[in-house]
Amino acid sequence: MGPILFNVFALLTVIAALGTVLNKNAVNAAMSFMLCLVGVAGLFVLLEAYLLAFVLLLVYAGAVAALFLFIVMLLDTHALRRPFQSTSVVAATIAGALLAVGVLAIYKQPELAAVALPDGPGVGASLKGYAYQLFTTYLLPVQIVGFLLLIAMLGVIVLSKKFETETKVVGGE
Amino acid sequence: MISATLNTYIVLSALLFAIGFFGVLLRKNTLILFMGLELMLVASTLALAAFSRFNGTNDGNVFVFFILTVAAAEVAVGLAIIVTLFRRRQTIEVDELTALKN
Repeated sequence: MGPILFNVFALLTVIAALGTVLNKNAVNAAMSFMLCLVGVAGLFVLLEAYLLAFVLLLVYAGAVAALFLFIVMLLDTHALRRPFQSTSVVAATIAGALLAVGVLAIYKQPELAAVALPDGPGVGASLKGYAYQLFTTYLLPVQIVGFLLLIAMLGVIVLSKKFETETKVVGGE
Repeated sequence: MISATLNTYIVLSALLFAIGFFGVLLRKNTLILFMGLELMLVASTLALAAFSRFNGTNDGNVFVFFILTVAAAEVAVGLAIIVTLFRRRQTIEVDELTALKN
């Protein structure tokens, strides 16, 4: 059952990612993005990182993709006739070749393929491990990330608020 | 059928990263470009989770946790910037945003 599910989720993820990048319509792209995240969450479940799968679905497929859809509909941009840039095709070709070489190098690596799954349930399967590490080893990063979220919230408010002076300058001209 | 070994996970992650990267390189719509950026982040989390599972340590999973948090903050700020951009310039196409050129 495991290998079949891995294939299904991997295929779903890659196809949905391609759909995100290639779609002309931004709404369809956001929907494909959501599907891709569901596929990645499935892969997380196969890796026995249940908490991460849940958080990915909640934060990414729930909040982030919904925010994307909201902004797409708010801005209401028309679909472009030629949605791809022609100027960076050369850059994309070179980057693609380099990436292919890198991926092949990883794939041919016998040491990576030889790593066997450890026996028993995965370390990410239980909540206890996360809780212990977050409150001991990673206590400072947790606080920094909390501060970062606060700053991001303030930044978003400052960015999207229309200030009084700004409108006056525009109106005065 | 592909077996679920460590290097298949790494290759899958690299493939996702590449797809997102090409989205960033090739698209004109800033929103879809941003989605490509998010795909790259998710691809990196997949690699971290796979390494964590196969090595039997939990640090990779905790790192994925932090990446998800930072990505959520990044999306909020990025989309606010895009909305402000649209309000000022009435466009979000990268070809027309050339204020910093020359």
